[in-house]
Amino acid sequence: MNEKSHPKSIKLPNTIEVFGNLKNAKRFAIDIGGSLTKIAYYSTVPYRRALYDVDKEYGPSQSEDSHQHYEVSQGARLHFIKFETKYIENCLDFVHANLMNTHENMTGKVIKATGGGAYKYTELLNEKLGLSVDKEDEISCLIKGCNFLLKNIPDEAFEYHRHGNPEYKFQNADPNIFPYLLVNIGSGVSIMKVMSDDCYERIGGTATGGGTFWGLGTLLTKAKGFDELLELAEKGDHRNVDMLVKDIYGGDYKSMGLPGDLIASSFGKAMHSHKDRNFNAATQFSEADVARSLLFTISNDVGQIACLYAMMHKLNTVYFGGYFLRNHPLSMHTVSFSINYWSRGQVKALFLRHEGYLGAIGAFLKGAEECDADKYSWLENYAGSSGLRSPVPSQVLSPQGVPVDQLEIDRWESALTYCPLLHEPASYIPDTVDLTQDAEAREYWLQCFEESVDKFVARAIQSQPDSPSAKERAHKFREKYVSRLHYLKHQPFAYGNLTVRCLLDTIQHYMKEFDFPDPYMQQKQVENERALSLLEKRLQQLDAMEWIPRQEALVTSVLAGNMFDWGAREVADLMESSDFGFQEAQAKIQSRPWLIDCLDEWIDRLKGPPHRCAAIFVDNSGVDIILGVLPFARDLLQRGTQVILCANSAPALNDVTYSELQVLLKQVAGICGVFHSALAEGRLVAMESAQASPCLDLSRLNQCLADTMSQRKVDLLVIEGMGRALHTNLEAKFTCECLKLAVIKNRWLAARLGGDMYSVMCSYKRPHTKNIDSSVSR
Amino acid sequence: MAPRSYNKKQKRAMMQNSSKEEPVVSHPPMPWFGMDIGGTLCKLVYFEPKDVTPDEALEEKETLKNIRKYLTKNSAYGKTGHRDTHLQMDDVYIRGRRGTLHFIRFPTSEMDNFLTLARNKGMATLVSTVCATGGGAYKFEQNFKKEVNMRLHKYDELDSLVKGILYVEMNNPHECYYWANLSDDKLCEKREFDFKDPYPFLLVNIGSGVSVLAVYGPNNYKRVSGTRLLYMDSSLGGGTFLGLCSLLTGCNSFDEAIELATIGDNTRVDKLVKDIYGGDYERFYLPGDLVASSFGQMITRERCMRARREDLARATLVTITNNIGSIARMCAQNEKINNLVFVGNFLRVNPIAMKLLARAMDYWSHGTIQPVFLEHEGYFGAVGCLLEIDDS
Repeated sequence: MNEKSHPKSIKLPNTIEVFGNLKNAKRFAIDIGGSLTKIAYYSTVPYRRALYDVDKEYGPSQSEDSHQHYEVSQGARLHFIKFETKYIENCLDFVHANLMNTHENMTGKVIKATGGGAYKYTELLNEKLGLSVDKEDEISCLIKGCNFLLKNIPDEAFEYHRHGNPEYKFQNADPNIFPYLLVNIGSGVSIMKVMSDDCYERIGGTATGGGTFWGLGTLLTKAKGFDELLELAEKGDHRNVDMLVKDIYGGDYKSMGLPGDLIASSFGKAMHSHKDRNFNAATQFSEADVARSLLFTISNDVGQIACLYAMMHKLNTVYFGGYFLRNHPLSMHTVSFSINYWSRGQVKALFLRHEGYLGAIGAFLKGAEECDADKYSWLENYAGSSGLRSPVPSQVLSPQGVPVDQLEIDRWESALTYCPLLHEPASYIPDTVDLTQDAEAREYWLQCFEESVDKFVARAIQSQPDSPSAKERAHKFREKYVSRLHYLKHQPFAYGNLTVRCLLDTIQHYMKEFDFPDPYMQQKQVENERALSLLEKRLQQLDAMEWIPRQEALVTSVLAGNMFDWGAREVADLMESSDFGFQEAQAKIQSRPWLIDCLDEWIDRLKGPPHRCAAIFVDNSGVDIILGVLPFARDLLQRGTQVILCANSAPALNDVTYSELQVLLKQVAGICGVFHSALAEGRLVAMESAQASPCLDLSRLNQCLADTMSQRKVDLLVIEGMGRALHTNLEAKFTCECLKLAVIKNRWLAARLGGDMYSVMCSYKRPHTKNIDSSVSR
Repeated sequence: MAPRSYNKKQKRAMMQNSSKEEPVVSHPPMPWFGMDIGGTLCKLVYFEPKDVTPDEALEEKETLKNIRKYLTKNSAYGKTGHRDTHLQMDDVYIRGRRGTLHFIRFPTSEMDNFLTLARNKGMATLVSTVCATGGGAYKFEQNFKKEVNMRLHKYDELDSLVKGILYVEMNNPHECYYWANLSDDKLCEKREFDFKDPYPFLLVNIGSGVSVLAVYGPNNYKRVSGTRLLYMDSSLGGGTFLGLCSLLTGCNSFDEAIELATIGDNTRVDKLVKDIYGGDYERFYLPGDLVASSFGQMITRERCMRARREDLARATLVTITNNIGSIARMCAQNEKINNLVFVGNFLRVNPIAMKLLARAMDYWSHGTIQPVFLEHEGYFGAVGCLLEIDDS
């Protein structure tokens, strides 16, 4: 089928739904636990992609028919849905009813199943879905799932500090996740030592686990179910039930290393009142107190045992999973306290945002070739995933009314890796400001994004003038995005560290979900055409200049070009209301000395030998790329430096994408011979960065680009724009020279950095070597 | 069973002789007590001199005679005090005096009654200082002062415990034992254990909570978690067992809880490996009848209704014991110690727990660890404390 010519044949998603894309589901896995069941499936997601034809002349003739700009492509997505096991029949019925055309294909196929219930529900699965059940070992699934999450999902693991700021301390992604200890607290507790993907063993466990909490809780209270028990525990006071150190010693024994509130004997007070003739143990203690004592008993004990195993095996990283924790703050707090106490701070207790999904992910990955870790990478879809501690029920499966929680992970079509130029990949944090910790910044940015949303909505509608559903979809986008911003206001850590980057990424995820693949496409095209028409003259101007003024002009042009940013609200207003051009932009930006001004050092450097190869991370379309970056790159080429232009793989605001850039380079090759020969000889290449964001995460760089950087021995890194050089990478250290160029187009941020609106950052840094680093840190 | 070493008898004789020959400088006034005031139980050890000369007897005050009579003629004091007559040790020497050690316990919650009794018996007119250890030595310090005008001489808990064990073991040839033929319940029995070469050993004291000590020599030991107090290397101890049992079964005493547990069946309450996997979990070598989740079957109301008191008591006992076993085993492994000694009142009248511990150690250590138990279970702290009189 020629999808290009029938773009409307695809039914567009108009809402983000539970069990999304079920009709395209290809393969299922299920993890049936005693209390929670998780269904996993793989589906293809049809989405439209803005189309740029490299071979055709890029001209206004095509923009007449907007349909021509899209092609439908199939993205791959992993869906995980979590619900209470008591609803398993309802959910399987729902899946059955919605499989539609793929149902026939399912018959006779296999569903991977794990968890205790895999045995119990074999018949049901077979009957409801017509799938034969292939049982997978629970522990190996857990480990596979854990490895997958740790490798692919940013901010997956965190430390929990109940009274700390931040309460959730997310772990920096580390290229090396092994070795670690995995403690799964299900009905019982299993403790696994994981040395690598294939090498792990169960080193121990204990029968005192979630089942003990639940079982004893059911015997001792009237709570209906696990969650009610936790609620009770949250209200209780264990000190009425437990015997504390101070109950025995009569006071605080800090001097002897024991705080008086330490529990000496769990439930130790429950036997005490016997002298009272009317003593009735069952009514003497409040159920809430008993529940809390029970929670502490179990979490303390598991923490201690985990800690002993960790010390025995000399491991200091312990991940906790299993239904007992469920990211419940009080339980995480007790386990953390216990680990910290017993290891004297040597062992770290870590929790996972998606701990409930480990088994399901692992079961699904067993033999799933579409999840080949070497070929693909994965990305959490912020639009389709429930956050940590999301209000329960986070989403409801209608009409059955089953509360569910879900996780969606998109497949990225290429492998990702760390940028080879990073000085210390393991300690690299892309983001400059952590909004979970910085309340003032959080407040500002959430407000800022909420105020900007109408512009995005208007642009989205405008981008699809022929679509009758555009308005409705755009408003749904607005509703979802604004409600997400409100949610983040209260739960800033729901999706890991809150950053400007993830707020921007969330816009892209929602835009894509509501079928606005590239709202700025027309705008970008118009601006590209306008800028292209000015290029030849601009190059002549530059060529006529003396060497030093030319170098200054080349840098200033990049900065002036960087003004053309539709993502910046104040600039967008400017561009909408007036005929804002290159000259106007040059006049607007700060005059020297700039807020950060390394121009002289940079020019001094250029007096020396040429660079071997420069990698330039580009920002906006139009004037920015064409009149700013390309002349700059041309000068480098003329010096004998090779240039890799690194562009986004998918659209984000008006940023130039890789496919657009390819078209643009063809066009500029026709305008200037320097580009023409450099392209022909491979000295100038465009590559995709694997980003789909106005920001730049150098820990998730396209493998191909990373390899090329290494092969060509890049010795100059140029990062352009607020998103890439300010919101992210401001503090990143590199093993090569690095030039960062950006105009600060946000009044609040400018003030924070000690400058005014349109302040300029021109930072040039020499390679960061190990020696320099150690001398600085000491 | 290895024959008891000659060395030890010799040592004991030497100790007695040397004590006799030593000129006695000063005796603290009688009566001699050692107290270990724990979270749940107060342990009292009383030394009854048997070498009283006629002259001394004449001089002996009436009050002291009465106290001695009261303590040695009864085996029950009030409703809650007990003298463990089977533990009584005759012909022992302390500070050159020959006599009998009596072992008495009462709930710490009865401390007020104890003090009243002590006052009524005129104790305060005889002694001004009592050697005490345990948390209660701090907690009740003021009460002793106020009620009976006695000063508590507080001794280090760990010193007392280790000292007491070494003394009792030295003076009682049948103190140490182990459980033989663990695999067959009918043949399983206590056997004497020769403690001649014990170091290093891991000492696991199970009182209200659990403490674990690594003992490398008579004066060389450390607590695994680092503090000098006996609480807590695990808060899941005897207190947890009795507390949970009271709540679950309404039982009123430790003895009742143990009686219930003895006739109960925990497999009606716990979830076993085979309940989850249908048999053994072969991949990780877990046998089917291993408990996978303590109380794991009790997660539905219906199952709870069907659970019998005795089954619940048994499950509680098994849960606590297994947990202590795991922690002890891991501490032993971390400290690289193969000898394990279990003491504490949780083991009183509790062969189920002892056999469980022994079996667990045997299973997990592949037969390399054979835990040792001591007859005087929970009294060592009090004995050690009494011995401190020597040095005061």
